[in-house]
This record gives sequence, C-alpha cells and structure tokens, in this order.
Amino acid sequence: MINMIKTSLLLTAALLLSGCERPPIETVQTGYRGTGMEQIYNPRTLAKQASLNAAPVAAEAASADGPKARDVYQNVKVLGDLSVGQFNRHMASITEWVAPEAGCAYCHNVQNFADDGKYTKVVARRMIEMTQKVNQDYKAHVAETGVTCYTCHRGNNVPTQVWTVPKDRLYANSLLGDLAGQNMATKAAGLSSLPSDPFSPYLMDAQPIRVNSDTAMTGAGAYANRASTKQAEHIYSLMQHFSSSLGVNCTYCHNTRNFASWEESRPQRVTAWHGIRMARELNNEYIIPLTDQFPANRLGPKGDVAKVNCSTCHQGAYKPLYGAKMAKDFPELQVLAKP
Amino acid sequence: MAEYQNLFTSVQPVGPLHDGIELPRGDDKRTGTPFLVHLLGRIGNAQIGPVYLGTLGVASLVFGIAAFNIIGFNMLASVDWNPIQLLRQLFWLALEPPPPAYGLSIPPLAQGGWWLIVGFMLTVSILLWWARTYRRARQLGLGTHVAWAFAAAIWLYLVCGFFRPVLMGSWSEAVPFGIFPHLDWVSALSLRYGNLFYNPFHALSIVFLYGSALLFAMHGATILAVGRYGGEREIEQIVDRGTASERAGLFWRWTMGFNATMESIHRWAWWFAVLCPLVGGIGILLTGTVVDNWYLWSAKHHVVPAYPLVSPVVVDPAILGVKP
Repeated sequence: MINMIKTSLLLTAALLLSGCERPPIETVQTGYRGTGMEQIYNPRTLAKQASLNAAPVAAEAASADGPKARDVYQNVKVLGDLSVGQFNRHMASITEWVAPEAGCAYCHNVQNFADDGKYTKVVARRMIEMTQKVNQDYKAHVAETGVTCYTCHRGNNVPTQVWTVPKDRLYANSLLGDLAGQNMATKAAGLSSLPSDPFSPYLMDAQPIRVNSDTAMTGAGAYANRASTKQAEHIYSLMQHFSSSLGVNCTYCHNTRNFASWEESRPQRVTAWHGIRMARELNNEYIIPLTDQFPANRLGPKGDVAKVNCSTCHQGAYKPLYGAKMAKDFPELQVLAKP
Repeated sequence: MAEYQNLFTSVQPVGPLHDGIELPRGDDKRTGTPFLVHLLGRIGNAQIGPVYLGTLGVASLVFGIAAFNIIGFNMLASVDWNPIQLLRQLFWLALEPPPPAYGLSIPPLAQGGWWLIVGFMLTVSILLWWARTYRRARQLGLGTHVAWAFAAAIWLYLVCGFFRPVLMGSWSEAVPFGIFPHLDWVSALSLRYGNLFYNPFHALSIVFLYGSALLFAMHGATILAVGRYGGEREIEQIVDRGTASERAGLFWRWTMGFNATMESIHRWAWWFAVLCPLVGGIGILLTGTVVDNWYLWSAKHHVVPAYPLVSPVVVDPAILGVKP
C-alpha cells in the first residue's frame, strides 16, 4: 500500500514536471535593480538557436572592371550597374541562398536567361529591390548590419517564417461556434488563446497599437480613449509574436510596470517601432502587389500572398543571424537600383 | 472497542442513517435514500444524501444546465463538431461576448448572441442558487452568513460580466466563457488600463485573498493541533471552554500576544473571504469607467517609486516625426 502510494506520487510528480524546461536558466539584468528588467535564457536552447542562425561565408568579391551587366545581358532591370563578374557572383549567391537545389532554372528559362516567363524571376527582381529598400531606408531598424536574401530565405525557395490570413473553420457561417478570431492554439499567438491573426491589422493595415491612456482618469466625449479590451488582446497577441520571434521577453523593450512609457523603455523599443513600419511597408509596397504573379499553390487558404512578419528575418534570434554582418559583402544590395 | 478520534485516525464512527431534523411546513421532501461511502468518510462525513432540491434548486439547475450546454455546443461547433478536438482544445475554446461594434445592442446569435443568452441563464441560475442557500439556512434555523458570503462572489461576477460592460456601453468588455480566454481577458484588461497592480482595490483584494489563506492556515493548524483534546468539536468548545480551546488561545497569546476567540476567528475568516471579491469588484467597476490608467493614477497619488533610468534616454519616435 505504502509502496503504491509512493510510486503514484513519483509518477504524478514526473508527469507534472514533464512540461517544464530543464535548467539551467540564466538571467541577465538589463535595468535598475528591483525593476525586473532582465532577460532569461537557457544556454542549451541558445546554443541550438545559434547553430540554426549561422551566416554562410560570402563568395569572394569580383572585380568591378569590365563591361556592365546591362550592356552584356538583356532585360537586366536591377543590378545592371554591376560588372559582369560582380553580376554573376551575385546570381551565384542568390542561387545558394534561395534555390540551392533547383539552381538557375528555379527562376530562369535556361534556354533564354533574359525571358521573364517564370514568375519566380519577376518576384526575385522585386525582392532584390525590396532588399535594397530595407538597407537604404530602414537603417533605423537594420542599422549597418543590413539584410540580404539569406536573412529571410536561409536556403529555402520560400522563407519558412511567413504568414497568410488563417483559413476559416469548416462551418464558419453556422449559427454556433463563433471563434471571434481567437481561442485556438496557434503559433502566431504563441500557443495562447489570443487572437490568431495579429498580423493583418498591424503589419498590413495600420490599426492603432497604442491602447493606453496618457491621462489617469477616463475622458469624456472627444477626450475618451475608445480602445477596447478586445483591442488590447490583439496587441497582446502581436507582442507575443515579437517576443517569440526574437527569443526575448517583454522586458527586452518595455518596463512592464508601465508598458506605454517610452522614458522607461529600452532603446530596443525604438528599433522595434521602426520594424513595425518596415514590415508594413514591405507587405504593402513590395509583396502584396505581387499577389497576381504567384501560382495558386503559393497562396494562403484565403488566396492572399505569403507576407513578412518579425520572425521572417529574426527566426528566434534578437538580431537575425545574431547580427552577422552579411550585407557588407554585397554593396549592390545597399542602395535602391536606379531605374 | 474503538474510541472516537479525529479525522487522521482510521476509525469511522458509523451510526444509523438519518434524514436530519424535521423541516418546517411548506418545505419539500428531501430526495434520495442516504448511503455510506467509506472513502468519503475519510475526508468528511461518510453519509451521502439525502439532498434538499426544492423549487429553487430545480429551477437553478435547469438554467445552469442550459447555460453549460449552450457553452459546450458552441465550443463543439467551433471545432467543427469534432469531439476529439473539443477535448484537445478545451482549455483554449470559449464562447465570446459580441464584438465592440455592437455596443449594448442585441447582436446576432453567432456574433455574441449566444453569449448574451448564456450570461442571462447563468446569472438566473446563480441568483436562484443564492436564494436557495438563503432559504435553506432560514428553514434550518441558521443565520444567513453563507448566502451573504456567496453574494460577495456574485457581486464580482456581475461586475465583470454585467455592471461594468453596461457602464462602458459595450458587451464586448465582458468576460468570455472559456478557460484560457477568460485568463487572457484578465491580462488584456490589466494591459489596457495601465497595469491593474496599481489599482488600490486590486491591492486590497490581494491582501484579503492572501489574508484568507493565512487565516485559514492558522485556524486549521490550531484546531488540528488541539484535536487531541477534542478541539475540533468547536461548538462544544464555544459553549464550554475546555482545555483544547484554552490551549489554542494560549498558543497564540504566547506567540503573538493576542488571540482570537473560538467565535471571533470565524468572523475574521468570513470578513477576509468576503472582502476579497467585494473590494476586487469595486476595483474592476472603477476601471475604464472612472480611472483609465491605473499606473498614472498611482503616479498622481505618489505611490509609484522612481528608479534611475539605466538605458540612454528613449523618446517616442512618433512625436519626433521620424520618417523611416
């Protein structure tokens, strides 16, 4: 009897602990003592993350001498200023970054490389412009580290971390069972029951993210803050996404006693603020206009194109590829190509 | 022959099964034939039943079961009528109140209409159950302390699900019926209204919550400790202070200089438990209706400590007019 009780107690304890993360847990203090401003890491998880976020070695730089690519090849609309050597180095790098298995034929008609017949080529051209846009105009977010195709693609035709509008459930129009856009365990909401599409309102549309009042008391009429608790749930979900995309907790940016305060926030929050605007512009100016180019199998369940969010680049790291300065080896990606 | 011992002994006193005292005229008959369950006898009274259901009990159960079923079928429908998924995702699923756009109007069934119906039924069920606890106490010749303690919990329930949403002019402010979703609502409410930890009524509520746990631990421990002198027979001890009661009191007078009495300790416990939802409800009722940002409210009243800023000065990029 006693043994049975002991065994069942042990089993229960093991069951209860099975969901826990195995130590060690390391705490890094980032703010004044007593404010709880700290980051929590598990070195084991971090080591695994680091191996997944290593940057490849850049191809050796090619000579800038010789004829320009646009004069030698036909239908070169971006990167035409490069020498033929540089242009080919770039094409070889893209192949390695985006289509290491399919090779040139993933984008090009190998009978006629100038042909725009494959949608992948049209998309790739626009994506090069997008990369240039990010490096040129979003230094407030990417700083001098910059981005390359690899930052998102990581050797995949389509970046692994992209989002589309989630599909409706089977009987979405029935009288019962409205999910109200939440209450499902989704990766987007960090497996919580928070709203499962925090992206459409904030990283595509520009719905207001700030829900807190800047006055203590409730205002009336025009002074009232109409943000609802439901809205706060959407923001909470978006912030969950930030947190899981960067592998950090709330206090990486915020002082959680007063989430809204900028004075008490860390400078990282400003970087994130620009990141929100960057993701929004990339989705609206570069990605969504390409929707018609994509074949149906590349589109989401509701026919929308796969779009970017924080994890598209970050993939669990506070800086994509842990801040590896890959872009400096590709100066052609630093500024927008002249038309 | 076994002597009467307390609940940590393996001996269960078993007497003849009985229905209890006669009820006054006008009351129903009690339902069910009583029986004994040995295992339950180890943690409480071994006799199960009879129960007094009565009109209020039956009506309360009808409304309660209806509400429970509507919630359940909505959850089942939300996983496309897949019972396995219902079990798997049970903690995530919910019946949500209407979206903010509907305000206080009557929404379509699929857009929170069910929530409104369930809210009504559950409230009716709870209020009927409250009336039942009140009337049963009266018919047994007891005070109505249980009913009023229950009313404190109902107050908090109604503040969260009815009074505050009505004052805010939107059903969407109410709590969803679901396990994780109602917890997310709690977090979101705190996030929206500038951190509920800075709400003094929330703080008071926590004082009474933790205080209740502390008092319960102290009282439970004291009575168990004097159980060897028959201290768990509290009623007898109140009427005739025996050695158990004396020792229980002395223990606390010696350790902290002051002791409750056999009667007053229960009064303390009652007030602590009742004040927990009572003041909590006041705090929630003021949230959004009177105070919109509890952190700033606390800062205004000088209860927020200032810490040196460690980071470089951070300025809201939106007010700088920063162009990306």
